[in-house]
Amino acid sequence: MYAIFAGMTVLLFTLIVLVGAFLAGLLGSLTGLGGGVIIIPLLNLGLGVDIHYAIGASIISVIATSSGSAAAYVKEGITNVRIGMFLEIATTASAIVGVIIATYIKADYIIVIFGLILLFSAVMMLRKKVDHSNNEQTSILANYFKLNGSYPTEDGVKQYAVHRVVGGFAMMFVAGTLSGLLGIGSGALKVIGMDNIMRIPFKVSTTTSNFMIGVTAAASALVYLHKGQIDPMIAMPVTIGVITGATLGAKILIKTKTDKLKVVFAIVVTFLALQMIYNGLSGKA
Amino acid sequence: MSKEVKHYLGDKDVQVILGTLLRVGVLVSTAVVILGGIIFLFSHKGQAVSFETFKPEEARFSSIAEILKGLRTFDGLAIVQFGVLLLIFTPIARIVFSIFSFLMEKDYMYVLIGTLVLVIIIASLYLDIAH
Repeated sequence: MYAIFAGMTVLLFTLIVLVGAFLAGLLGSLTGLGGGVIIIPLLNLGLGVDIHYAIGASIISVIATSSGSAAAYVKEGITNVRIGMFLEIATTASAIVGVIIATYIKADYIIVIFGLILLFSAVMMLRKKVDHSNNEQTSILANYFKLNGSYPTEDGVKQYAVHRVVGGFAMMFVAGTLSGLLGIGSGALKVIGMDNIMRIPFKVSTTTSNFMIGVTAAASALVYLHKGQIDPMIAMPVTIGVITGATLGAKILIKTKTDKLKVVFAIVVTFLALQMIYNGLSGKA
Repeated sequence: MSKEVKHYLGDKDVQVILGTLLRVGVLVSTAVVILGGIIFLFSHKGQAVSFETFKPEEARFSSIAEILKGLRTFDGLAIVQFGVLLLIFTPIARIVFSIFSFLMEKDYMYVLIGTLVLVIIIASLYLDIAH
């Protein structure tokens, strides 16, 4: 591993990570990609920090971004707490499975898997989202678990029905495993599960997925803490930077279109992903 | 139909309290992290850092007990880690709060589901994985 920061002082390291985490929080909230996928390349590729520490710092940034933006969202009253809770059974249990898997596989493989998820997230970020929601209450499980709900629109309260509960639950299991394995929020996979499989309307799926991301990350964060992967020296600038960046991003997002930014950012993320895949495969990491 | 509309309105007060809970959680934990960071930097700013290799055996404050112990000596890094712990517990508090609101709605199925999620998270605290 290239020792870019060999001999770097605590003060310099703190300042560099603080600025980087601020940008990660800002870009993460503007593009909807989240903080984690940016923090890991920043620490690992940019500063040569071991992937284990990078993942520990990332999981903290995921909780920070999720709780910060959730506070803004819940006021609008569209999070479906029942859908969130129900799917959290899958995401929390599988997150712990993910952390256990991370303990037994080589760090190089984790870096390669991370690179692949990064590529996938870049594609998902650019893809045009299609709202598949409707109110045909056909799912027996959705009725049994009271998952169908309603949300306010300009034309009054709109009802929606949840579909393919088993498929959605299975997708959340995959999302949770990757979240625990890589220290990310797995937002892109949760969106597939909720929008495409379960056909939940955007307004509900965005906030509900955010609720789940925080809870899932909390489960894996506690395990990472015990494994010694959450170093306070790294967590300090990451937490402060990501929270301030994400808060500013959420404010800008209300009045700015981010389509062009997303394209530029997708290109940057693609390069980062390829670099990480290369490093992992060549054993450089 | 009317039942679901009522359910949405009932949830609204709960959601406002939840929003406040999350904001307070994030604000307080950030403040604690900043405080710990200042104390730590004040005495260690010139120290060299090395994170090129993962050394779990050198990890400090990697359990709740160690963090609380470090707090008593006003250790900067222990305070940072306590702030991180508060941040981790913010979404967990949201689960606890939701369980109570389901209890008040007498929705026992969701009291059970919420408790199950909580049990999974607490179980992760006791999971002892070899490094």
